[in-house]
Amino acid sequence: MSEMIEVRHLAKHFGPIVAVDDVSFSVGRGEVLGFLGPNGAGKSTTMKMITGFLAPSSGTAVVCGADVTRDAIAVKRKIGYLPEGAPAYPDMTPAGFLDFIAHIRGFTGAEARKRVALAIERVALGEVLFQPIDTLSKGFKRRVGIAQALLHDPEVLIMDEPTDGLDPNQKHEVRRLIAAMAPDKAIIISTHILEEVDAVCSRAMIIAHGKLLADGTPGALEARSRHHNAVRLVLPAADEAAAIAALAQLADVAAVEPVDDGEGHALIVFPRERRSIIGAVTDLLRNRHWEAQALRVERGSLDDVFRQITMTH
Amino acid sequence: MRSIGTIFRRELASYFATPLAYIFIVIFLVMAGILTFFVGNFFERGQADLQAFFTFHPWLYLVLIPALSMRLWAEERKSGTIELFLTLPVSMMAAVLGKFLAAWAFAGIALALTFPFWITVNYLGNPDNGVILASYVGSFLMAGAFLAVGACLSALTKNQVIAFVITAAASFLFTVSGSPIVLGLFQSWAPDSVLSTVSSFSFLTHFTAITRGVIDARDAVYFLSVIGAFLLANAVLVDLKKAD
Repeated sequence: MSEMIEVRHLAKHFGPIVAVDDVSFSVGRGEVLGFLGPNGAGKSTTMKMITGFLAPSSGTAVVCGADVTRDAIAVKRKIGYLPEGAPAYPDMTPAGFLDFIAHIRGFTGAEARKRVALAIERVALGEVLFQPIDTLSKGFKRRVGIAQALLHDPEVLIMDEPTDGLDPNQKHEVRRLIAAMAPDKAIIISTHILEEVDAVCSRAMIIAHGKLLADGTPGALEARSRHHNAVRLVLPAADEAAAIAALAQLADVAAVEPVDDGEGHALIVFPRERRSIIGAVTDLLRNRHWEAQALRVERGSLDDVFRQITMTH
Repeated sequence: MRSIGTIFRRELASYFATPLAYIFIVIFLVMAGILTFFVGNFFERGQADLQAFFTFHPWLYLVLIPALSMRLWAEERKSGTIELFLTLPVSMMAAVLGKFLAAWAFAGIALALTFPFWITVNYLGNPDNGVILASYVGSFLMAGAFLAVGACLSALTKNQVIAFVITAAASFLFTVSGSPIVLGLFQSWAPDSVLSTVSSFSFLTHFTAITRGVIDARDAVYFLSVIGAFLLANAVLVDLKKAD
């Protein structure tokens, strides 16, 4: 069976508030699905329902053949879950905490010790093993949470903002870990860091107001940006006005906009329907003997798509 | 059911991971001593029994047990660990029972550490040790009932202080409903059936019955059903409030 997580018409209402509104999707082995969405979009609520923490108002989730509304405990056995903020018992040490998790997951004796040792090694927790979790840095706390989720080598891994609050090195470490585990698991992570989706996800979903608004590979989502295949060019100031007029006349050009952003002043030439216009633009520049100081084709960024999709809804 | 054992061990160990356990035990013993010797006039009574000691247990528990039970669920909700805990493969009943039994065992440890009182009274005279044993059993059962009330109410809030206060208030009602003060209010006008119903809800009535030296099945069943009912309510409340 390749579909390891199947979410069917999942919905959650809190009184009059609709937190998750009829969401359906499935995730197969080897996929890393990124949930993207503004805060309060319903990402965490969806995860809480899949992991059996919250009962859905309607719909269900099936994890490795177990239905969360019928047999939540079977689902909980299959899943490794890192809740938002990586909660762990503050008085316990990572060693004691992981030992507790191992036992509650049904491992005993030598097997439990082996599992704990392996989890500790995977997230490099060795140096803080006997310090109360309370006293650990945010990075180590997060690693304790991840170790806890990995301990039983689950087929399905669900992590709510796994890199939130970590420094760039720690983020890199966590992403490397996720990528290493990806081939034989189904993984869902939520994030609002868009670069993270590019870095680790094979698929991204944009959620806002509880609705699923877009679903595709990060590349396919980027292609939905109006910046996709746009040309960014920098011309001498003297030529600019003429260039704007001439570029706008080209067949596939939708608009030409001057911008002043972090990279300085430039013209952005937007194509119609995201067609490739770089050839037409360079031909024009050559014919008119305009010397471009910089010229680049844009891929479009998830940022744009994200804003475009979440703002219009 | 192995998960109950795992939860039990983690919870019990967590009492001793902080100074809470030691502070609780020391204060429990000191207060028990003060109440027995100074308020209960242990020596002046001139009797070789622990009546003066056990009489104060309901009032001692009233103040101290909420301090033990307030953290049970409120702390999990406050720190967010409840989301971790309840997404582990354990049933709600195992979660509730594991926590409760750990707290009860801890109360039992504190109670057992009052053994010097028992030694003292045996040193001074020849008490009826059967009565003392029955009283210890009764006191332990009553502690369980107080704890079950506290565990249940602790699921209502994220704030441990609030959990403490409402548990103390509820426990107070459960205790005083059998005291002469409350019963006196009813005595003048209410029929006997009302009077006995009110007093039959009281921890005090059942505990006093046991400390006379006979563990009547009805008294034991009363405490066990209070524990059962509140733990059931506890499970329902945790389920309702966990996501707030």
